[in-house]
Amino acid sequence: MIALLTRDLRLAMRAGGGFGLGLAFFLIVVVLVPFGVGPQGALLARIAAGVLWLGALLACLLSLDRIFALDWEDGSLDLLATAPLPMEATVSVKALAHWLTTGLPLVLAAPGFALLLNLPGAGYGPLILSLLLGTPALSVIGTFGAALTVGLKRGGLLLSLLVLPLYVPTLIFGAEMARRGVDGLDYSTPLLMLAGITCGTIALLPFASAAVLKVNLR
Amino acid sequence: MPDLGKYADTVLSAYAVSLLLIAVLVLLSIRRARKMKAQLEEFERKAKRHG
Amino acid sequence: MSLNRLWAYANPKKFIETTDRVLPAIWGLAAICLVAGLVWGFFFTPEDYRQGATVKIIYLHVPAALMAINAWLMMLVASLIWIVRRHHVSALAARAAAPVGMVMTLIALATGAIWGQPMWGTWWAWDPRLTSFLILFLFYLGYIALWEAIENDDTAADLTSILCLVGSVFALLSRYAVNFWNQGLHQGASLSLDKEENVADVFYYPLLVAIAGFVLLFVALVLLRTQTEIRARRMRALAARERMG
Repeated sequence: MIALLTRDLRLAMRAGGGFGLGLAFFLIVVVLVPFGVGPQGALLARIAAGVLWLGALLACLLSLDRIFALDWEDGSLDLLATAPLPMEATVSVKALAHWLTTGLPLVLAAPGFALLLNLPGAGYGPLILSLLLGTPALSVIGTFGAALTVGLKRGGLLLSLLVLPLYVPTLIFGAEMARRGVDGLDYSTPLLMLAGITCGTIALLPFASAAVLKVNLR
Repeated sequence: MPDLGKYADTVLSAYAVSLLLIAVLVLLSIRRARKMKAQLEEFERKAKRHG
Repeated sequence: MSLNRLWAYANPKKFIETTDRVLPAIWGLAAICLVAGLVWGFFFTPEDYRQGATVKIIYLHVPAALMAINAWLMMLVASLIWIVRRHHVSALAARAAAPVGMVMTLIALATGAIWGQPMWGTWWAWDPRLTSFLILFLFYLGYIALWEAIENDDTAADLTSILCLVGSVFALLSRYAVNFWNQGLHQGASLSLDKEENVADVFYYPLLVAIAGFVLLFVALVLLRTQTEIRARRMRALAARERMG
């Protein structure tokens, strides 16, 4: 399992592996928002938490097809299916690798980007915590979507259509937690819901993802 | 026609939209069903002749 | 014993034969209930004290919304039957029901928005119930798109049934999340068991008839469309066999 993880991490890190693209996209979204809504500081401060969550979510979304694409193309996925490692573990490792190379960097970059959007000081802590809690769910859910569309050429749009509705609960609770943090309100309820969703998806969704991959590998 | 008062547009457009959607759904379903039935029968007839 | 007889219809040919016999009756009954319910509701019920004549939209909005949800539930059951018992008719029935459910969702959304405009002063409000239906619409869209995207019939059936399962869990989750996110403008449940909350009797009975009409319409459409899917699948299989010579 560790071997699979380090291999995926190394693949993502090398040139063409896509590491950094998610961050770049996140940055671009953050830069575009003021062009879209106007530069007034007060307005940006009100929407910053939500925009940052959206940017992180979209950046995650765009990197999803990489999860299985390379292994599908060169046949390693077939090998992984016959390996002694159960498929559920394989997909979990893949999701973890995705989070380490996409989700986690987004969390670390978020404070810097929050500066651009005038996020009020009280919001930084809750925002980062909400992203930290929520991005693993995005990776696990995204892995499910990637498994569904793995064989399809140009499955990117379909992947987005399938995954985005699944992202809604995480987005709602994550953004709400960040917003309440900004306003100095108690955010324990959305925090617990967010954590619950993340734990639930990590524990259960790999079974569905594994089943889907086995179907596609038939 | 009952006196719908100031809400006439609202109610009528709601009914119009709904009934239109239902009609389109039903008609398209029936059309596709007939087409598929005809195609299959044609196919099976040809298969019987050749096979 | 009767459950065993139900499985006999899992045979595609028998399914078509049986449904051919009952479909005319179902169509007829659906038409009668729909016309009766809508005419009764539209022409022979009074206006609401607060909502005026717009309350007449209820005879479309509520049945459509109910069917939008029931269609998905039927798809869920059909998907489970496919996963467990591999009856093709079941998988195809789920595929057949999806567009019907989607149109029902659309009707619920459209009538909801049209009704909301004079009531709430806006064409669209992110009210929890409307928002939940919007999300349901996206689920239907994704489900149908996945069926269309995959060539192999069995693979498509497997993937879409798993998607339906996972989607159902997330749809439920979304419902709670959306309620949390926005407390909303929607009135209380129209049909709750508590008589207090119930819509007044004079509206209630035509509503029931309209609901019956929508249910029968759904059944008729799904049976017809499943027949079509069975035939389409058979055509694909025959065409593939011919290609291989």
